[in-house]
This record gives sequence, structure tokens and C-alpha cells, in this order.
Amino acid sequence: MIYMDYSATSYVKDEVFNEMAPYFKDKFGNASSIHAMGREARKAVDAAREKCAKAIGAKQTSEIFFTSGGTESDNMAIRGVCAAYAGKGKHIITSTLEHHAVLHTFEEMAKQGFEVTYVPADEKGILDMDAFKKAIRPDTIFVSIMFANNEIGTIQPINEIGDICREKGIVFHTDAVQAMGNVSIDVDKLNVDMMSISGHKIYAPKGIGLLYVRKGIKFNPITTGGSHERGKRPGTENVPGIVALGKAMELANDNLDAHVSRMIEMRDKLIDGIFENVPHVRLNGDRDKRLCTNANISFEYVEGESLLLNLDLKGICASSGSACTSGSLDPSHVLLGIGLDHQTAHGSIRFSLGDGNTMEDIDYVIEVLPGILENLRAMSPLYELEGGVKNV
Amino acid sequence: MYSEKVMDHFQNPRNVGEIENASGVGTVGNAKCGDIMKIYIQVEDGILKDVKFKTFGCAAAIATSSMATELIIGKTVEEALDLTNKAVAEALDGLPPVKMHCSVLAEEGIKAAIEDYMAKQGK
Repeated sequence: MIYMDYSATSYVKDEVFNEMAPYFKDKFGNASSIHAMGREARKAVDAAREKCAKAIGAKQTSEIFFTSGGTESDNMAIRGVCAAYAGKGKHIITSTLEHHAVLHTFEEMAKQGFEVTYVPADEKGILDMDAFKKAIRPDTIFVSIMFANNEIGTIQPINEIGDICREKGIVFHTDAVQAMGNVSIDVDKLNVDMMSISGHKIYAPKGIGLLYVRKGIKFNPITTGGSHERGKRPGTENVPGIVALGKAMELANDNLDAHVSRMIEMRDKLIDGIFENVPHVRLNGDRDKRLCTNANISFEYVEGESLLLNLDLKGICASSGSACTSGSLDPSHVLLGIGLDHQTAHGSIRFSLGDGNTMEDIDYVIEVLPGILENLRAMSPLYELEGGVKNV
Repeated sequence: MYSEKVMDHFQNPRNVGEIENASGVGTVGNAKCGDIMKIYIQVEDGILKDVKFKTFGCAAAIATSSMATELIIGKTVEEALDLTNKAVAEALDGLPPVKMHCSVLAEEGIKAAIEDYMAKQGK
């Protein structure tokens, strides 16, 4: 099996698993208990929090709030800030590129009376900075722009956005779920106020994540309960998950340079190999300002799900921007947002690489793709209608 | 999510291609919703002697096209007009609910090809 869907989820690395394992059975204490078992768990949580803070350049461990993952972190940031700063203004900004965890939460805020501006991206999938600057108003209280896009992998100008927000006194949140481990992140240098991270994208298990919140930024908790996570995220700590996240973030940071250069080598070989061997393809998203792990490619005249299933039959796991995989009839809002027509968007495949991949995996994909495309295109009335001459 | 029959027809679609000087051709669907089906029929003495298809779409769209052509080859034009999307889906041992529209497309594609044939016949 060749897995090229790391943007969906990753396996748990041995180092991470081994570090978390004792906290399921031997060291199972509740971190809030005052006895020895509890203190042992608390110590592990504190140590993990320190590792997480260090990995993103957070000055204080109290700026890290453990959550169940990216979606919860995004919800905590958006809902929490809107509630805390509503008296100051009711205008909030995000982008059309965001993950549904952010988009749908902004829609919810709009229902609650906040005014939302959705800033578009250019055809390369990079935020339109002029439109962003124009969107800012005196009553803007909050901006949420993703660090790197989950579908097309484009890396946004977070530094520039952070500088502008800092100057205007606007709280700036970024969903860094895809960026963590693939991009160097320093919340201070980037002027990021809040940041979401998910464990299962960086070789920790599913069900653990964190929200970074800069000291001084106010946000109301979205759930009520005990005093865990300084009252901001009540509920007994997921000790094994937290330990795993700490280890995974430490590893991600320590291995960043080697990981990035290895991924770039594989990603570029994959993109170049597909372009050399398959006609009528286009790369979605900026060629350079993209995640080292992401190759999102449109294959003209074919539909994504058919392609995906054919890849699956050859033992290759990837994902698609096609509507057919989501149950809705519309293809990905991200692909349509960067100007793809419906047909091209329907025929898009995301290969997302990770540490488990090898150069041989890339060779295999390049070897089997042309035949699959030939078969599907021979079956496609679009190929015939357009004579197979269209190229991008 | 797909039945074995759907996967079989998806991997080994029957009757793919075109018919030169076909008695009727029907194109249904659009790229916006992600499915386009083109059905060619060859009619002799009121019987569908041959049916071919070309489809841009998901596995369900390809499988329903394939199955629909199989179900109507050798049938009379009237019998072919009676083919329902439900019959196509049932012949494939069912489709996931979100994919039922693909079977509707197959039914519509065949009706469109027959309508084209009838228009040409001046009927």
C-alpha cells in the first residue's frame, strides 16, 4: 500500500507511540488528582506543554491550551474571541480558502450578528493582500487566515498579515494544522496571536490538538466545566494524547530541515514525473509557495472519484477535490475559488506526502498513472468533444 | 461503499465507445455536477441492435452507463423507453443514496438517444 494522503491523517510514529503508551495503563492517573498517580500525570502534561510551547516559539507554557484537535481549536478561537471582543466591534475577516472548521464557524458568527468579510485568493491560491487591507475597518476585531491550505497546499503571507493586525490592534488567528511540521513557525516573529494545531497531521494520534493563545488575548470558553486548561477548556486532560503531541511537535521541530528537503525532492519528482508522462494536466496552487508535501493536480477530461478508485485498485491512497467524495454535487470551494471551472475541479487529485514515503513510491505512481488516465479518457465524452487538444 | 457489481462494471465497463452513423445519440448531464453521459443507439426493425456509451463521471456514473446499455441491447425501442433508474440501480445490487442521481442520468441518457432516433424518423 502506498499512502499519499498525509494531509488527511498520518500514522503515529514509534517514538511518539512509545512515549504515550505508559499513560494508558501504568501511569493512568488523572492530572488533577493530588496523589502520586495524579502528580505523575500532571508532570507529564507540564513537560508536554513545555515541548509544544518551545516548538512554536511561545514564550510561556500558559499560552498553550490542549484541545481535541484542529476543529475544536478553530471553534475556541473564533467563538471565544467574538464573544470576548463583541463590545469593541462586530466585524470579522477570514478567507475563501479556509477549512470548513473555520468557514462554517464564521457562518455561525454571521448568524449571531457579526459582519463577515471573506477575502478571496488569487489564481495561484495566495490571499489577495490588497483586498485584505481594504477589508479592514475600524470595527474589525478578529482575523482568521489559514497558514497553509489543506487542499492545494499554498502557504499564505502570515508574517505580513500578522504585522498588519498587530499594528491595527486586531486579534489574529491562524489555522496551522497543515503547516506544523512542514514550515518553520515562530509565533513571535510572525505576530500570530492565536494558532490551531492538530496532532494527527504530525504523527501523533487523532483526538489531540492545541490552541496557542498569546498572553493578553481574551477569549471566552465555549464549554463549561472544571478548571482544566485554566478554565478555558474544561474536561479531564487527555494525558496520553498530550504526551504524544508534545513528542510529535518536538520531533517535527528537530527534524524540520531534513524533513522539508526530503519532501521537496519527492514532491518535485512527482509533479515533474506527472507533467512529463501525462498530457492535459495542471498544478493547482503556487509552484513555490506551497507545502513541501503537497501536489494537487487536475487531470482534464476525467472525474476525480474514478481516478481515485483506480489508484486505490493499484494500492495508492490519495484524495480528491471532487464533489463525489464529499456527497455534495459541488466540487471543492478552494479549487473553484482559484478560478478552476467545474470540470477541471472535478478532476483534481491531491497527493500529500509524508515521512513514510520513498522515492520508489513516487516512481510507482508515475508508472501507473498514464495507463489509468488513458483508459478513463478513452471513456470520456469530453475528451472526444474537445478533441484532446486543450492543455494548460 | 460500492457493491461488487458496481466495481465490476466500473473496472470492466461493457459497451464503451461510439457508433458511427448511429440511429440516435443522447447527451445528458453537465460538467458542473460532475457527470456527462453520451449514449449511442443502433436501431434495426424497432430493435436496439447495439448500444454504446461514453461517460465522464464517478464510478457510479460509469457503472450505471455500462449496466443500462446491457439491459437494453436486444430490446425493442418501447421496452427500452420503459427502463427506469431503479431497475438500473437494482441490477447493480444497489447504489449509495448520494449516487442515485447517476442512475437517473443513465435512464435520461437512453431516453434522449431514443428521442433523437424518433425525431430522425419523423415520429
